[in-house]
Order: sequence, then C-alpha cells, then structure tokens
Amino acid sequence: MDIATFFIQLLNSVQYGLLLFMLAAGLTLIFGIMGVVNLAHGSFYMLGAYLAYSLSGYFGSLTLAILGGVVLAVLFGLALEWLLFRHFYQRDHLDQVLLTFGLIYIFEELRSMLWGDDVHGVAVPQFLSASIALTDTLSYPVYRLFMSGVCVALAIGLYLLISKTRLGMKIRAGAFNHDMAGALGINIKLIHAVVFALGVGLAAVAGMIAAPISSVYPNMGSSVLIMCFVVVVIGGIGSVRGALIAALLVGLVDTFGKVLLPSVSGMLVYVLMAAVLLWKPEGLFKQ
Amino acid sequence: MRHFDRLSENGSSPMSTAKSNLEILPRSIQVVLCLGLIALVAFPFVGTDFYTQMVTRMMILAIFAMSLDLLQGVTGLVSLGHAAYFGLAGYALAFLTPQGAPVSLWWTLPAAMLGAGLAALVIGFLVVRTHGIYFIMVTMAFAQMVFFLFFDNKVLGGSDGLYINFKPDASLFGWTPFAWWDLDNKATLYYVTLILMLMVYAFLRRLLWSPFGRALAGIRVNEHRMRAMGFSTFGYKLTAFTLAGSLAGLAGYLWGAQSGYMNPELMGFHMSAHAIMMVILGGMGNFAGAIVGAFAFEYVLHLFKDLPTLGSVNLGKHWQLWMGSFIVLVVVFAPRGLLGLVERFSKKSEDAPHE
Repeated sequence: MDIATFFIQLLNSVQYGLLLFMLAAGLTLIFGIMGVVNLAHGSFYMLGAYLAYSLSGYFGSLTLAILGGVVLAVLFGLALEWLLFRHFYQRDHLDQVLLTFGLIYIFEELRSMLWGDDVHGVAVPQFLSASIALTDTLSYPVYRLFMSGVCVALAIGLYLLISKTRLGMKIRAGAFNHDMAGALGINIKLIHAVVFALGVGLAAVAGMIAAPISSVYPNMGSSVLIMCFVVVVIGGIGSVRGALIAALLVGLVDTFGKVLLPSVSGMLVYVLMAAVLLWKPEGLFKQ
Repeated sequence: MRHFDRLSENGSSPMSTAKSNLEILPRSIQVVLCLGLIALVAFPFVGTDFYTQMVTRMMILAIFAMSLDLLQGVTGLVSLGHAAYFGLAGYALAFLTPQGAPVSLWWTLPAAMLGAGLAALVIGFLVVRTHGIYFIMVTMAFAQMVFFLFFDNKVLGGSDGLYINFKPDASLFGWTPFAWWDLDNKATLYYVTLILMLMVYAFLRRLLWSPFGRALAGIRVNEHRMRAMGFSTFGYKLTAFTLAGSLAGLAGYLWGAQSGYMNPELMGFHMSAHAIMMVILGGMGNFAGAIVGAFAFEYVLHLFKDLPTLGSVNLGKHWQLWMGSFIVLVVVFAPRGLLGLVERFSKKSEDAPHE
C-alpha cells in the first residue's frame, strides 16, 4: 500500500467512524438518560436516507432536503416518544427490546408501502461534486470531506450543548438522578422528549448525508444498527466521549480490514469488541 | 408452596428488576397442557402432510424457545443472539452429510449439539461477565459475528446457504426394526420431534427444581446476594449458557434435517428476536409457556402471511406490518404472556386453592 492509498483509506475510515458516531451518540444518550434499549434506531437512519431521496427530488436541492428532513425527523421523534417510548422508560429491558423490534417490522413495511423495494440513488450537490487529485490516478471526492465536516461540526455542537448550556446541565442532571432532578423543578418529561428527538434527529442527519454515497435501499438500517451497538459496547454505555473514540476505532478497523484482510473483514470489528470486553467488560469509558 | 411463593412475590422490594415467574403451573393450566399433548399425539392421524410438517416445525421451534427460556426466564439473561447456536448445529449437519449419501443420526446429533455447546461455551465465557443491557447487546453482536463468518465465506455456503440432500439415517448399524423407522417418513419425523420436545421439557422442568436450577433462579432475583452466599455465579451462568446453546443446537439440527436447507438468515437477529418473542408470548420461566408461545407465534406468523387480498390490497404481503403491530400490542397489553393471562383469569375462579 503506497502512501496515497493509505491516506485515502485513512480519510475513509475517519468519515465512516464519524458517521457511526452520529448514530451511536443518539443511541448512547437515549440509553444513558432514559434507560431505553432502542433497536429501532437504525430505522431512523433509514428514514433520514429516504427523506433525503424524496425531498431532494421535490426541492431539487440536497441542502434544502436536509434542512426540511431534520424538521420532519424531529417531529416524528417527538410523536413517537409521546405515543410509545414514554411509557417504556420504567419497563424491563426485555419489553423495550421487543417493543423496538416490533417497530422495526412496522417501519420496514411502511417504508415498503411508501417508497417501494427498489434501490434509489441520491445526487451529490453540484458544488460538492468535485474531486481533489492526490496523484495522477488517485483522487478524493469533496463530498466525503463535506460529510466528515458536517459530522465534526455536529459533534462539537453536541459537546457544547451538553457541557456548556443550561439545557445540557438539565440533561446531565437527569442522567445522574432523574427523580432528584424532577424534585428540583426540572421538567424531566420535557428533557426526555428533547433527548429522544435529538437522537432521532442525529440518526436522520447521518442517513441523509450518507444517502448520496451509500444509495437508499431496504433494510439499510439493520446493518448500521448492529455496528452502532458494537460502538456503544466498546465505548461504554451512556458515554458520548466513549462513543466518539470507539466509532473512530471501529471505522479504522473496518476500513483497513476490508483492504488488508478481505476474507475475515466482516468479523474483525467483533474480534475488536471481544478483545475490549476481555480487557474492560464495561467498555472503555464506563459512566 | 404456592402461598409461600405469592408471599415472597409481594415481599420483594419494588426496586428489584427480577420478574416473579409462574414456576408452579396451576391445575387449570396443567389440564390444558395435557389436552394439548393428546391433540399433538393424535394430530398426524387427522392432519394433512402440509400441516403435519408445519406442526413439526412448531415443535422444533418450541425446543428452541425452551432452550432460550432457561436463560431468559430462569436465569434472567436476555440473549439476543441465541439463533447463532441454533444455526451452527444445522450447519454442522450440512457439513457432516456427504453429497451422495445420508449420514447416521446417532453420532451426528450429539456432534452437532456438542459443537453448538462448545461455541456457546467460548462466547459465553466473554458475554456472561456482562450484565443487563450489555448482555443483550454483546450476545447480539457475537451472533452477528457468526452470521458474517458464514455469510462472507463461500466455503461455508456464503449468502446462499447449504443444502442437506439427505435426512439423517436412523438405522442401527444398518438394521431397521420397523418399516417406518426412517426420518424420511413425515409422521416418524413428527413423533421423533414430539418425543425430543417432551424429553427436553421433562429435563428442563427437573433442572428447574434441582439445586442448580434454584441457584439460577436466585441469580435472576439477586445476583449480588447469591455471590455473597458463596455461589460462583459466573460458573452457574456459563453452565446455563452452554447448556442452552447445545439445546438450541438440538433444535437447529432438527430444523436442518426437516427443511433440508440452512442459510445465514437462520442465525440472524430476526430469528433471535423471534425466539424472545415466543418465550414472552407464552410466559417466561416455566418452559410450558415457551412451548405455547412457539406454537402461538408460528401460527400467528402463518396467519398474517396467508391473509387474503381485499379489493386491491394484498393484506398478506404486508405481514411485517401486522406482525410488528402484534408484537407491540402484546408488549403493551400482555407483557406476562398467554399463561399469565390464563393465570389472571383462573385466580378469580379458584377461590380456595389447596395443593
């Protein structure tokens, strides 16, 4: 592997890792604060991708589609939280697993009824469609850099939101002890709804920005969901910082595994997880 | 005993996450189960071949669900990757069966169960040290690892899976005592599966009330207290995980033998979630619930896939919507399953239960 290929794979792995982080952050926050295992999180990713497909066709611009799609996804998240998830925060994990598994079926079928079972492509916006030439034969698409940029910006935004704002302070208080936070006059139900909608929004954005490079296809949520579980397990449940580091690690192992050891690449990430579990059974950054 | 159980149920602190299970089956449920058994014994005489095969498949899944119940209902370990052991044993049969001839049942069945148990032992060694939500996620991730091992490698069948051209040979060193002593006979396979299901049920019921089973139930209720009392909970949980894996292997082997085909989807996450649903649907922790749940789940799935076309809408095509809604409704309204509902109604009718 020469230096240019190595560089390209490194950029790809960072980009993949950051995308996983967007999903894993929502998953880990929803678990850390509300104690809910959400198997349907991959469906929100899929929802984002299909929204990007439909809305970019409607508006004729991916940027507008993303802005409109985020609003729709957040509204969807709020409705879902109010209707179902709210009643499951205190229930057994087993019930939560089944509820969200049932939701996967429902979302998949609704997707099939609304959009059909075909694979669709989403066009890269004009101003991002260029490539940067690295050598005579190798180049790197600007759109992938843009994706990483969006993810980094959102990650910084999430960090600032949680650690610097009043809302973030309430979220942290709720995560630490939500009965006590409620007794101190924080509207804990509202906080839960906000966190849930935030998780759905992040997953949908990830789906929307990934749509042009991964295309839009049925069951696209489930493979990414399991990767997110691995990220959350490695990082430590409830830890956003852990999710970031674990996501980058998983991105690195997965991308380079596909290049260097293609026959076992599907398993490598799980081997990494097994190694981390042997060393630290509760993940790298247990809260 | 029953009153004692109820007392301890009420006495346990509300903070405890342990579910109190219906371990002792009330008389009414025992009667219903006996009637069900009689119906199962008589079924091949009245049912068509198609339905005999369908009930055989239900019984295979009942064995699978019971093996999961040992973890989920008794020990309190929710495994979202149990299908991996089911699939591994089926694949073992596929590899052991040569292209042009059947292979003996008598050594391949133990070998397949041993293989599944061994995989469960290795994976269990890693996952049993985790708790709660971690356990759910980690079991799922390891099952996915096994899935990809088979999915990605052409040698192991790849995404297409493997065919098992011949059913295992049941003859004893070439000797067949009766003309029907052959698994190719659908009724024979049916009764073999029925007997194995009853054996697994009897074994697990016996295990439930053994000191080992009591220790597992203790781990579900309060693992810290069990450890403080000197139980090596790691060893108990690992043993339960291995045992459950090899019993799932029994079910997987039978599945492979019956259907003649194994594919990676059988080890996938949907299959594992279906098993959890079967155990929940019947009622956890007493194995009878797992059997009832497996039958009910398969029946409902069959029902949804077979829905008629109304006007221009093919209802059966959208079975995922009905199945998903069904699961959500069960979790919202009957989280303790069918046997839990029966128990709730029978409590009202039985005024003075004496056993």
